[in-house]
Amino acid sequence: MTTAAFGEPIARLEDPRLLTGQGRFLDDIGHQALAAAFVRSPHAHARIVDIDVSAAVDVEGLVAVYTHEDLDGRVGEPLPLLIPHAALTHGRTAYALAKDEVNHVGEPIVMVVATDRYVAEDVCDRIVVTYDFLPPVVGIEAARSAELLVHDDVPGNVSAHLVQSRGDVEAALAGAPHVLELDLDIERSASTPLEGKGVHARWDADDASLRVYTSTQASTSVRAALAARLELPLDRVEVIAPDVGGGFGVKIVHPWPEEVVVPWAAIRLGREVKWTEDRREHFVGATHERGQLQHVEVGFDDDGRLLGLDVTVWHDNGAYTPYGIIVPIVTTTQLLGPYKPEAYRAEFFSLYTNTVTVTPYRGAGRPQGCFAMERTMDAVAAYLGLDRTVVRERNFIRPDEMPYDHGLIFQDGRPLIYDSGDYPATLEKLKKLVGWDEFEAFRAEARAAGRRVGIGIACYVEGTGVGPYEGGWVKVETDGTVVAATGLTTQGQGHKTAFAQVVASELGVPVERVQVTTGDTRRFGYAVGTFASRAAVMSGNALASAARKVRDKALRIAGEALEADPRDLEIVDGVVRVVGSPPSAPGSSIPLATVAVLANPLRYAFDREAERATQFGGPVDYSKPPVAEGDSPGLEDTGYYSPPRSTFANGMHAAIVETDPDTAEITILRYCVVHDCGRLINPRIVEGQIHGGVAQGVGGALYERMVYDDAGQLLNASFMDFLMPYATEVPVVETDHLETPSPLNPLGIKGAGEAGVIPGSAVLASAISDAEGFAITRMPISPSDLFSLRLAQESR
Amino acid sequence: MKPAGFTYHRPATVDDAVAVLAEVNPAGKVLAGGQSLVPLLSMRLAAPEHLVDINRLSSLAYVRVGDDGGSVTVGALARHADVERDAAAYAVLPLLRDTLRHVAHPTIRNRGTTVGSIAHADPSGEMTAVLALLEGTVTLRSTGGERTVAARDFFTGPMSTCADAGELVTSVTFPVPEGRTGAVWTEVARRHGDYAVCGTGVVVTLDDDLRVAGARAAYISVAPEPVVIDLTEAVAGEMVDDADWPAAGRLAAGRLDPGDDIHATAAYRSHLAEVLTTRALREAAGRASVAA
Amino acid sequence: MSEAMFEVTLLVNGVPRSATVPARRLLSDFLRHDLELTGTHVGCEHGVCGACTVLVDGRPIRSCLQFAVTVDGAEVTTVEGCTRPDGELGHVQQAFRDCHGLQCGFCTPGFVTTITAYLEENPTPTQEQAREAIAGNLCRCTGYQNIVASVLRAAELRAEETQR
Repeated sequence: MTTAAFGEPIARLEDPRLLTGQGRFLDDIGHQALAAAFVRSPHAHARIVDIDVSAAVDVEGLVAVYTHEDLDGRVGEPLPLLIPHAALTHGRTAYALAKDEVNHVGEPIVMVVATDRYVAEDVCDRIVVTYDFLPPVVGIEAARSAELLVHDDVPGNVSAHLVQSRGDVEAALAGAPHVLELDLDIERSASTPLEGKGVHARWDADDASLRVYTSTQASTSVRAALAARLELPLDRVEVIAPDVGGGFGVKIVHPWPEEVVVPWAAIRLGREVKWTEDRREHFVGATHERGQLQHVEVGFDDDGRLLGLDVTVWHDNGAYTPYGIIVPIVTTTQLLGPYKPEAYRAEFFSLYTNTVTVTPYRGAGRPQGCFAMERTMDAVAAYLGLDRTVVRERNFIRPDEMPYDHGLIFQDGRPLIYDSGDYPATLEKLKKLVGWDEFEAFRAEARAAGRRVGIGIACYVEGTGVGPYEGGWVKVETDGTVVAATGLTTQGQGHKTAFAQVVASELGVPVERVQVTTGDTRRFGYAVGTFASRAAVMSGNALASAARKVRDKALRIAGEALEADPRDLEIVDGVVRVVGSPPSAPGSSIPLATVAVLANPLRYAFDREAERATQFGGPVDYSKPPVAEGDSPGLEDTGYYSPPRSTFANGMHAAIVETDPDTAEITILRYCVVHDCGRLINPRIVEGQIHGGVAQGVGGALYERMVYDDAGQLLNASFMDFLMPYATEVPVVETDHLETPSPLNPLGIKGAGEAGVIPGSAVLASAISDAEGFAITRMPISPSDLFSLRLAQESR
Repeated sequence: MKPAGFTYHRPATVDDAVAVLAEVNPAGKVLAGGQSLVPLLSMRLAAPEHLVDINRLSSLAYVRVGDDGGSVTVGALARHADVERDAAAYAVLPLLRDTLRHVAHPTIRNRGTTVGSIAHADPSGEMTAVLALLEGTVTLRSTGGERTVAARDFFTGPMSTCADAGELVTSVTFPVPEGRTGAVWTEVARRHGDYAVCGTGVVVTLDDDLRVAGARAAYISVAPEPVVIDLTEAVAGEMVDDADWPAAGRLAAGRLDPGDDIHATAAYRSHLAEVLTTRALREAAGRASVAA
Repeated sequence: MSEAMFEVTLLVNGVPRSATVPARRLLSDFLRHDLELTGTHVGCEHGVCGACTVLVDGRPIRSCLQFAVTVDGAEVTTVEGCTRPDGELGHVQQAFRDCHGLQCGFCTPGFVTTITAYLEENPTPTQEQAREAIAGNLCRCTGYQNIVASVLRAAELRAEETQR
């Protein structure tokens, strides 16, 4: 048995189940449930004239067909706008089933419930929807020109317009010795977890209660949303995130249309109903991200120091804004990275298009911001003929300037103040790791062999651990097992291991003895959710706080039992003992399990442990009540963590690429990461997060794009044509770490979940530009794109 | 993504299979490996009334090298993996294995059949081009009897062949090129295992003086059907090292008229055709010059 | 009109299992919903992601691209069958645990079955071969780094086992 805990790269506790097929993902639950399927709009923009189900009603196995007309009460209202903002003057959300109008291909119109999914799809095929076509708005340029509108009552297609600034940018640009302008373009991608969404609902009519399993990143909020929508008391609704097959942001959105109507139908039918999203539905019925056009104006001095930076972003928010304007806020604030331009102004327009809605995907606007900033840094370096790392270093916020206040408001509504970080040290490590100073020799060698290579760099700072809070509950059972729960959810990040490590360390028990539950409202009802690289920071600290309280109580009770001062006690390997006493010294130690028994005075001796806690079980002090005033039975407690503001992780990536002079194929020869997320709970898990992020960054830079035609049809809604990288497309990832603890939380940790993906497009654009000798301004880039760019360069 | 219903037939013999196909003609569709067909069914892009599953026709699960070593015949139930692993076929015609390594991924090749991919006639399907390049033949059976069709007559357009819905493709035959030859397959795909953006198979033949006597190439993903181009004129009579292979590449590109799609522009495809043709011919000529 | 039904019997992980299903029942659904062996996952249903990979007569295939009725009578190995006889983690499963080769675990069963079959053919892969061996399976979490390591580790564990 190991006591290895905080900071140790231990193997994950959740793995044996998942490796042997014993995981329970959404579609693994409820084999007897009825199956739901949806008729979805095949058109990007249309009015619904008629829905004819007559050809479908005699399909054997059909149970029910629902359209918007059937949705009673609040179920028929527009879905909630989850994150309102003063700048979001024209927020719009969809109905659970479309009412009168559809605004993107894939919008659900009719729900079919049948005995199985095959039959449900047979029924969908027979339902005839008649449309009046409306001209679609596709692409940012079309949205910006506003010749056509997505929503009649949204002028200019603008859902939100926000300007943030510090200093006088106009004056700074006017006075700058050099000014450059860049126009940049980054295309859509999507989270694309291997498991799509899914909902299973079971109504217990006798108990008047609803249990919902959903593949979500926010089970507590789904619960609250469902209770409100279905007009049920909150305590009659329980929501559980089972094993979730990846999230990456898309599953933070809630309640999805299906998340509302599946439970609604289960109640109405008095039957279990399940909907499992298929891959095609996920492409058109979930959400996307990334698509932005950007204009940058930068003024700088002869040394490359930024005097003024003025950025305008046109952000494609798709058909609706259920998740508010988090993504463009993040882009325009996190764009600054590790740099400190003297004056900064960021303006964005969030625009409607007749395409799938945009909500955060891992990185959540940061990759675009990083792209804008890092392309700018490279442009400044190229203009001045300076090394790219030199220009960056000259603009870094220095460690002695921490905490650094940017004078802006971050996505959590709180000031954008960096807490800690040592950017020059990170850069030094990266240069060493990739061999920055030796690259020119390699380039010369490669060139002599007819090869074309380039090196790129990109830096980022990531606000992690956003509030408002998370909670944790820890209990020592009478057999010595420690159970813990937190309300936020898990999608593969190894939370059950990392949180067990935190609890085990605080409590002094072997980590294997700690069992953690996440995302189950039956176990913990107060939570926000898993997003923004916040889980380890938030629930880690909350569980640490709960464990510390449990530890204090255990020491107090053990002190009474051992007639010792609790301050002289420690907990080692699940045993409370007098500090420094040998393990077997009589009267100097007591197992935590026994303390748990003592913590809960009983009347009934239902088992051997209970017998020791019954009222006639041993000597008693008759002057005190069995449970002291102000105390509570059981060796358990709850803790919360609510940060004053976000904590800021950082990192830098470098890549060496080779571009084929003939075929324009792009090969990543090396990919190096230096990362600083404060103290590491489990280095192996953090490393895995970085690997996965890098793969998504590479995907977003070289392979993945959502291709819409002018009619608003998504042309590549399959894994055949949406090119998620296989192992053969992802380079070996070389990593190094710094640990600059966060002063904001007791554990000193910062988030790590999103980091790896952020600089992907920036660093590869930098490297390809370096290889080719001209600036790449649009990502992703395919060999065909590169070929076209070469032709355009030649003809210049 | 679940298939629509169909009437399922599972014949035990080739005779039964063609009888069923005749009976349900033209509403029948043959199911072999299913690696192309089943996705179409699951997406409900195809919904045949009758599915004739030939996976019980074990008599068609063969890879046979002709007695003289002059050809390889592949039965309709031979999986890509069977062809790829067949040592005798590799000995006489290494191009088959070399090309099959580019067909999707091993797991798909374990189930997908070579004959099925040819009958499917996807203009991105490598084996269609190899069959065309080698001037192979396709054998079809129906209740009316058997016929053998030359590859150039078999492919009639994208996903379209001269086979009647009542016919079963029972085998294809790949002739081994005669004389001192080298054959190479090369392609560029977006991801490893994807359909190619452009792919080409080439055969170069040298005469006894090691001068180029013939050069031809077949292409995928740049034409509606596997197109074969004779490139001999650009390089005829030259020694391998002196031949103007880029000229042959340009000649090929000039004869092709690829289209745009979401993965590549027509111009890029055309450029790739030129580059890949040049590379493949040079390599094939090298192989031919060391061939016995 | 009701659909014609077929009784399908498979030898799944060494145990004969039967169910009566329509011809259009995909093997993936048959295993998951008719036999309730939910270790086999479905990530795309068009044969690209590889999560549904199972071994049919020893060879890895996409179970979402087969009808159950087509493989009636076959031997099928799923991830549940890749454990040791005593139920402990098999060598590929153990390697994934040792190397942190999984995160959400959704794609993992397809990798485990694929690698199990691959090592039968090539018990001592190089790093490059290990990467190619898993090149037909998608993973969105791990960036594949630790899956490649898992292939190599599994080969080691397998060799240790066979030496015993």
